[in-house]
Amino acid sequence: MNIGDQNLKLSQWISGEGPQQDIVLSNRIRLARNLEKTAFPGRAGREELSKISKKIRETKEVENKNNLKYIEVNNISPVERKILVEKNLTSPFHLQNHPEAGLLINEEENICIMINEEDHIRIQVLTAGFQLNSSWEKADKIDDNLEKDLDFAFSKKLGYLSACPTNLGTGLRASVMVHLPALNFTNNINQLLGAVSQLGLVVRGIYGEGSESAGNIYQISNQVTLGNSEQDIIDNLKDVTLQIIEEERNTRKRLLSERKNYVTDRIMRAYGILRYARKISGEEAMELISQVKMGIDMGVIDSLDTKMLSELMILIRPAHLQKRFAFEPGEQKEEIKRASLIRERMKQSS
Amino acid sequence: MLCQNCEQNEANVHITRIINGEKTEVFLCEECAEEKGQFSLESEAFSFQNLLSGILNPDVSSSVSREAALKCENCGLKYGEFSETGILGCAECYDQFSERLEPLIKRIQGSSQHEGKVPKRKGGDLRLRNELNHLREELDQVIAEENFEKAAELRDQIYELEDRLGSEQK
Repeated sequence: MNIGDQNLKLSQWISGEGPQQDIVLSNRIRLARNLEKTAFPGRAGREELSKISKKIRETKEVENKNNLKYIEVNNISPVERKILVEKNLTSPFHLQNHPEAGLLINEEENICIMINEEDHIRIQVLTAGFQLNSSWEKADKIDDNLEKDLDFAFSKKLGYLSACPTNLGTGLRASVMVHLPALNFTNNINQLLGAVSQLGLVVRGIYGEGSESAGNIYQISNQVTLGNSEQDIIDNLKDVTLQIIEEERNTRKRLLSERKNYVTDRIMRAYGILRYARKISGEEAMELISQVKMGIDMGVIDSLDTKMLSELMILIRPAHLQKRFAFEPGEQKEEIKRASLIRERMKQSS
Repeated sequence: MLCQNCEQNEANVHITRIINGEKTEVFLCEECAEEKGQFSLESEAFSFQNLLSGILNPDVSSSVSREAALKCENCGLKYGEFSETGILGCAECYDQFSERLEPLIKRIQGSSQHEGKVPKRKGGDLRLRNELNHLREELDQVIAEENFEKAAELRDQIYELEDRLGSEQK
């Protein structure tokens, strides 16, 4: 199977056009579901896994609605798999050669259902900006429709039963991807993130569990899934995120009024390097793009558009570069190609 | 000894991590340690599975090894396997290991009673019951606020749901 043509196209939610997009890049709702009387993927045999996958793909929801396209993980190349992870459409775990693991993705790439990951089904809805409620409504509906044809493992006491007890109950993981350069710059970030964890939320890097933060982007999500309703979980995340947005905005304002020369110099230097560098690492590029994005959002730079920058944050990742410029992993070309792609996009946009 | 990170300052912070029996040691200076601390938020080193196996394998007493040999009759997963990976084998495991899982679930989730969505077909009358509970809570609240118009409205809805529940049980 070739998903090549779709590979380098970026989904609408990645471009970052949505409410509060100066700080919230995107949001995601994920629901974990399992079929009853069936072993969880980690324990099921190949034949059983294949039956599970077929059952899910043959539901009316998948066959008739949403224009979902099926991608079987083992049928695509390693680069294409990594691209799916870089776009945050799936997890690295899902791609580790599990038999019968697959993804159902719609054309807009804002609905992505993982099959046979840790759980039989993981419904994901992704949206640009800060729109948790509409993402939840969409996911809730897909779940309702899938349930018309599938019997989910459910207990009155423990709710939806998941392979790992951390996902029990609602099976809901709601998350927002926030861009917090000013808070990081003023060293207030750790304090803030510490406070967040006391409110039942978890902070992670850009690629979820186990990943480091890059480009001042943090993923904030609910920690517990059992004992609160979906709406309560989402409201809590929303309330806390709103406060974080407020903090970040205030810090940006203070930076502009109290340390204007220093902060504008930093932003313009970052811009300069991105415009003219001939070779750049992913880490440095992310940091500089983050500063330039802040510069645009703060009105320091007005000749660029943020959509281009949000896209660059994905396009400069290793697998995306490999696919675009067709070189082998480990070749020295990555940093050179990254710099040239950034220069080209910056020039077009300015 | 110099800091392993910056290789400039004297290393005066020693971090030892033991994860799944694998020991890693790092020697850092105070500055780098602080910086690392910043990243430890995102570090996989202390993922849930790692911590869980730590909780579940505190020592090797005889009761623990007996526990480890417990087996789910449906899928054959041993409790010992679960405590290593944090992943259960099938939905039935929750019943089979319920005695051991219950305190653990409470510890992870802070609760052991589901409050959220109920599947339409599988949930039976639980869905109606939950709705009824919510309406009753809301009723108490509007009465406290002396909003009697709304209260009358809610009361009618509650009667209707009670009727539906009653007829379904017959």
